Formats: sequence, C-alpha cells, structure tokens
Amino acid sequence: MVSFLRFLINGISLGSVYAIIALGYTMVYGIAKMLNFAHGDVIMVGAYIAFCAMSYLALPPLLAVLCAMAVCTVLGVLIEGLAYRPLRDATKLAVLITAIGVSYLLQNTALLIWSANPKVFPSVFNVGSIKLFDGNLVITSEIILTIVANIVIMIVLTLFTGRTKMGKAMRAVSEDRGAAELMGINVNRTISVTFAIGSALAAIAGVLLCSSYPTLMPTTGSMPGIKAFTAAVFGGIGSIPGAMIGGLLLGVIEILGKAYISTELGDAIVFAVLIIVLLFKPAGLLGKPVHEKV
Amino acid sequence: MKKLKKSTINNIISFGIVIIAFIICQSMISSGAMKRSLKGQLVPICVYIVMAISLNLVVGISGELSLGHAGFMSIGAFSGIIAAAWLNALFNIESELLRLILAMLVGGVFAGIAGVLIGIPVLRLRGDYLAIVTLAFGEIIRNVLNCLYFSLDGKRLIVSFNNPNIPGTILVNGPAGATVADKIATFPMGFALIIFTLIVVMNLINSRSGRAIMATRDNRIAAEAMGINVTKYKMMAFVTAAVLAGMAGALYGLNFSTVAASKFKFDTSILVLVFVVLGGIGNIWGSIIAATLLTVLPELLRTFADYRMLVYAIVLILVMLVTNNPILRSVFSRIGRRGSRDAQTQVGGADE
Repeated sequence: MVSFLRFLINGISLGSVYAIIALGYTMVYGIAKMLNFAHGDVIMVGAYIAFCAMSYLALPPLLAVLCAMAVCTVLGVLIEGLAYRPLRDATKLAVLITAIGVSYLLQNTALLIWSANPKVFPSVFNVGSIKLFDGNLVITSEIILTIVANIVIMIVLTLFTGRTKMGKAMRAVSEDRGAAELMGINVNRTISVTFAIGSALAAIAGVLLCSSYPTLMPTTGSMPGIKAFTAAVFGGIGSIPGAMIGGLLLGVIEILGKAYISTELGDAIVFAVLIIVLLFKPAGLLGKPVHEKV
Repeated sequence: MKKLKKSTINNIISFGIVIIAFIICQSMISSGAMKRSLKGQLVPICVYIVMAISLNLVVGISGELSLGHAGFMSIGAFSGIIAAAWLNALFNIESELLRLILAMLVGGVFAGIAGVLIGIPVLRLRGDYLAIVTLAFGEIIRNVLNCLYFSLDGKRLIVSFNNPNIPGTILVNGPAGATVADKIATFPMGFALIIFTLIVVMNLINSRSGRAIMATRDNRIAAEAMGINVTKYKMMAFVTAAVLAGMAGALYGLNFSTVAASKFKFDTSILVLVFVVLGGIGNIWGSIIAATLLTVLPELLRTFADYRMLVYAIVLILVMLVTNNPILRSVFSRIGRRGSRDAQTQVGGADE
C-alpha cells in the first residue's frame, strides 16, 4: 500500500512535467495547427541554460530558471519567425519536416556546444523531504515543487486565456484564423506570443525534469517530448485542461506500469493506453469531435 | 508514334533511373572505381529507396501521414534474420540467394500481418490522430522487440519473453539485438527488390484500386458517395507498404553483422518521411532520387566532420523554405507549364 502510494506520487510528479510540456504542444497546435516537433529540444536547451547559469555563473536557482525561461522564449519566437512563419500557408507536411529540421538543428548545436557527455544536473531544489509512515514514504521537495509548479501554471494559464485580451485573441485565432484576422487581430503576433509562452513553459519543464532525473544530454528532450506530445493527444490536442489531465494520467500510467507490469515495457504500455483511448474517443479525452462538412 | 500517357512516361522515368544507376554502379564495382565507403552503402541505399517508395504509397497516394514506418522495417529485419538462420538449420539450404529470397518473403509476410493488425485500429482515425497512433505503434514494436529473445537449439527455435537464459545459440538477444551469422544481402538483390517494388507500386497506382485510393485521398466523402469502400482501399495501400517495408527490412538486417531494435526508432521513420517529402509527395522517382542523395549526403559531408548533422539540418530547413516559397513556387510552375509536363498535380496533394 505504501509502495503503491510512493509510485503514485512519483507518477504524479513525472506526469506534472509531461503536463507542462504538453501545454506547450497543445497551445501551439491549437493556434498554429502544427505539430511542433522541436518543442522537446527547447526543453533540453532550457535545462542546459539553467545548468550553465548555476554551475558556471553560480547564480541562485531561481535566477537560473528565469534565465533559462528568457533564453527559451527568445529561441521560441526566433524559431517561429524564421522557420515556421514563411510556411504559414504551406502544406502541413512541409511544416512538419521543417519542425524536424529545427529539432535536428537544436540537438546538433547543443552537441557542439556542450558535447555528448552527460552532465549531472545539480540538485538545487533539494531542501529536505517529508517522511510519512515511519519513513517508508519519502516525498522529496523536488516532487512537491513540481506538483505545485504544475498547479500554479495551470491556474495562471486558464486565467490568461480566459480573462485577458491576448488570451481572447488566442482563442479567436485557434477557432478561425481568417475570421480573427478580419476582426483586426494581429495573427502573427498572437502566434509569436503563443510560442513564447510555450517555450518559457518548456524551460521550466526542462529544469523540473532534470532535477528529478539529473542526466542531461543533447537528446534528453526528445523522449519526454514525444511522451508529452502523446499526452497532449491523449487529453485532446488543442485543449489546455486536456493537456493537464493527459500529462498526469500518462505519468501515473508509466510509473505504475513500470512498477507492476514490466520495467522494459513501460513505454509500450503508455502508447498502448493511448491507442485504446483514441479508439473509443477519437479526439482524445477532452477534445471536441470535428464534424466533417461536405 | 502514338503519344504516351503521362503515367507511362513517369513509369519509364522511374525504371530508367534505377536501371541506369544499377548499370553504372555495377560497372564501377567491376572496374574498381568505387570507393569502399560508398560500396558499403549500396545495400542501405536500395533499402531506403524501397522504404521511401512504400511510404510514399501511404503518405502520397493514400494521403495518410504515417510516423511509424520503421516499425515494419524492424519486424521484417528480425523475422528475416531468424528465418534465414532457422531455414538453414531445418533444410540446410545451400544457395545463399534462395535463403535471402525466402528470408525477405518471411519478413514481408510478418510485416504484412503487423500491417493488417495495426491498420484496423489506425485507419479508423483521421489526420494528426492517425499520425500519432502510427508513431505509438512504431514505439511499441521497438519496445517489444527489445524484450524478445530467440535462440536456435539444433533444429528447434526457442522464443522467450524477457528472459535471456535460453539454451542454444542466441539469435536475438533482447536490447543487444540480433546477430547475423552470414551477411547474405547483395547489391543485385537490392536492385531486384527496387524493381519489384516499382512494379507493385506502379501497377497499384495505375489500376482501378489505385484510382480508388487516390479518390479517397482527394475527397473522402465524395469517394464514399461514389460507392468506394474507403477502409478497404486505405488498408490495401497501408498493408502493401508494410509488406514492402518488411522485405526491405529483411534485406537491411542481413546486410550487417548485428542489428539492434534501437536502429529502427522514431528517427528512422522520420528519415524516410524526409525522403518522401523532399522527393515530392506522391512522386515515385522523386522518392528514389531523394533517398539516394540523402543517404549519400552525410558521407559526402564527412569533410565537415562534427558539423555534418548540423549542415544536414540547415539544408533540410532551407530546402523546405525555398520549395514552399510562394514566389519561387509560381516561377517553378510557370517553367513547368512551358515544358511538356504541366504543373505536377500530384505534388502536395496529401493535405489539400
């Protein structure tokens, strides 16, 4: 029972990281209607920036995170402006391949700058832990921080998209880009802001991911990226609460599957659950089914 | 002379490119003019050409984005390697060529079975959801193959799941991958596979079924209204592509001394997709040229050493930006219209 609780908490912690990454995927998909495969690599860049800020510049952790967020925001906006904006009217596949190109570019640039040797991410957020059940259940401060960060981000994002003018513009663009443009909404700026938010979230996710799993390599971002993408689809791509639920469920399923079924098949179980869910709800858990018109 | 149909001309171009390239390569090998590094790449080039053509059948002709094509390749590779070793133990087949052909057939059959099993759920979905599920299946296949252990004890084939302690000579050793006793893949066989693939795909495209597949791509609802069984025809394209990828996988597996499942991860599927998109979606000979150039390109970029993957990424992005630039596009289509062929209607047909 205690071990089940431990796995559950670990799963929620991992799921929170997935959820934060998935938010970036889902917002970009909702508004630009593109699968941004480079998102996973932005996570990696964010983690590296935070690592450098802490190890080489000896900045305090919070400042390092802000640093990473700033760099990733600029990076996200740059990627969008240089690579994706010229392809706004191109076919979906062309945009997808470009995103893959950007992903390779980020990975290989990171490989040149930081080399392939894994870096050990410092455990900066380790300020003690809570022990329950006579020390059988240890909840580290990293886990608590991850979960709290997730909840805060969720609330802020919901308020942002629901209450602010920019958030309204985002929802309008995601609903109908052409009509939004006719209403005087600056579509390009809205998409840029979306990328900025998504990339800043990716930086946070990168730091949180690496403080729980402290090996940092140029390929660190790709698997969590794919998982988070799966989470976004799982919850219904384009939906913010969907990304949250999808991420959390995916994290819990992964950890429980690895613990109780098979360590090697952990990823396969995650993907199998995704397939089963999509068979019964083809638009994800919270996605709106799209009706085809003739 | 009677004016040839456009499809016939396209077929002639495709076959012509392959046959001429094969003759040039063979004469270069026999005269010793071919560099060793390039020679080692001949079979992988053939394999990637077949992969690209078969994926083009799914992405270009049937209009469904598949991100798990490498999964079929890996099934073909592993079943082909096991079949080659087991058939040798059972029937003691002397001829390497016969063994290779049988291994490729087995690879194709197993990949085809997987294609049917995966196609049933996958083809119920649409668009991006379909893409993510093919990605998921590709990852599941890789994950499961990582847990499989096969060994050959005399004439007995032993399979175990997640348990490396099995008697006999190990054929497939979980995450470490399969060991190939004798590398029987040859370049002429690769060439033969390309020709076989071309015949299958060209005949399919230019048949009644092929036209039905393209109709479902262009407008699903209209095609359904015309009485076309959409699922059946999508399935036909998907399974044909899976079988061809399995055969290519078997050839690929038997070309190396060890093959691990990690060789066939998501990146490999993406690589093949890049061939298809750069060659022109729905354009078969475009796929052939793109697959060849992009397999050779990293070799040619050796002089850049550490920077070669970086250069590759930049080239990829630039090509996509240039080919999709509306101004350049209109220039290209004007040039194309002035020539004998009018603007290729096939290109980019998958999403519109």
